[in-house]
Amino acid sequence: MKIIVDFDLCQSHGLCTQAVPEVFEIRDDGFLYILDESPSEALRPKLDQAVRECPTGAIRLEA
Amino acid sequence: MTLFERIVVVGGSLAGLRAVEGLRRRGFDGAIIWIGAEPHPPYDRPPLSKQVLLGDWDAERTRFRRGDGYDDLEVDLRLGVRATRVDPRDRVLALSDGQSVPYDGLVIATGARARLFRGTEGLAGVHCLRTLDDALAIRAAFEKSARVVVIGAGFIGLEVAACARARGLEVTIVETLDEPLGETIGGMLGHRIAAMHRDRSVQLLTRRRVDKVEGERHVERVCLSDGTGLSADLVVVGIGVIPETEWLQGSGIDVNDGVVCDAWSATAVPGIVAAGDVARWYNPLFEETMRVEHWTNAVEQANVAVGRLLDGQDAAKPHQSVPYFWSDQYDCKIQFAGRVRPTDAVHVVDGSLETEQFVALYSRNGKLTGALALNRPAQLIKYRRLIAERPEVATVLPT
Repeated sequence: MKIIVDFDLCQSHGLCTQAVPEVFEIRDDGFLYILDESPSEALRPKLDQAVRECPTGAIRLEA
Repeated sequence: MTLFERIVVVGGSLAGLRAVEGLRRRGFDGAIIWIGAEPHPPYDRPPLSKQVLLGDWDAERTRFRRGDGYDDLEVDLRLGVRATRVDPRDRVLALSDGQSVPYDGLVIATGARARLFRGTEGLAGVHCLRTLDDALAIRAAFEKSARVVVIGAGFIGLEVAACARARGLEVTIVETLDEPLGETIGGMLGHRIAAMHRDRSVQLLTRRRVDKVEGERHVERVCLSDGTGLSADLVVVGIGVIPETEWLQGSGIDVNDGVVCDAWSATAVPGIVAAGDVARWYNPLFEETMRVEHWTNAVEQANVAVGRLLDGQDAAKPHQSVPYFWSDQYDCKIQFAGRVRPTDAVHVVDGSLETEQFVALYSRNGKLTGALALNRPAQLIKYRRLIAERPEVATVLPT
């Protein structure tokens, strides 16, 4: 599984950092960072939640 | 697991979409009929008062899914049709096209409509902003207008004002309260938002009431109750919304400024749940009922509601949510989390109210109740998580 974020769409709402803090982080510069681009399958339900809750639809998961 | 064979979702916007998706994600393989009152393919509303008004996005780009993007959901999507009546005893729904639709389970996600200003029916140049058509009409009006008056300094009004300024119009906002957003974010931070607009040459008149909107066929002026007349060739009304619940009259479903739901977003009528702007539910986290008109709540609540519908109350989680919303105005992003009252104490924990970068917390009786960030996205969501734990504010203030 691979996480793809469209940084043109991302507005740093940060809801993904609440859903999956292991994977997403917003740093003091205000930008989103992906801590692990190929996380374990066990995180999939939380990652699905991050996809659903992103207000700008910026996150995708690829098999 | 459920014995439902047929679930009807009424409401063609975000909560409705997420209900349909949630049903399929949970493995529901029966029929789903999805009813939307607007003729357009389902679209996202937040960009209407931002990218669409600014002219950055065309209408297509607001769609949730492109082309035949709903095929995977195997849903019977019926657009341009309203539900007109529901009979919970026979479990059947009447539609505006004359059809009757039986259901086993029903999701109410009909949202709300914009409140109009009295006496402006039929007067050209007066708009509200709720739908895609509204946004396109205002955008077109920007092209041929010089002076806009915005009635109401809520989020919609303020975002319209910001877009109109960006398009070079002269902008006046009229608000009855002491400060914009005062009821939502409190007077101190409302005052800060007011300054943000005044610094960009918007005329913001607070504690003023609009008496009437005048013009022959097309709007010409807005008259305030103190005698002031504001000339205008465009008026945008942002004075709140009315939940779409008239179709539930006589159904036995309890309505009180929204569809009354329990903590699981279920109505008292078996097999009927509600989600999004239309739903008034008991939020156990804040120990009060609330109706929340924001994007994130529609997503979260639709998920809870379909879980409750399919799994029953014992297996489903209640909708314990910290309301979150955002607003983009000029080059500023406002983010807010929590549930505050205008009298809550305010604590600035980062930056300064003199600038356009800060984080402020709210507290009541010593407990953290909310957080507002202006151009500080890194921190707001951390506080949203904290607010859910209802801590003493003293324990989260920086030392």
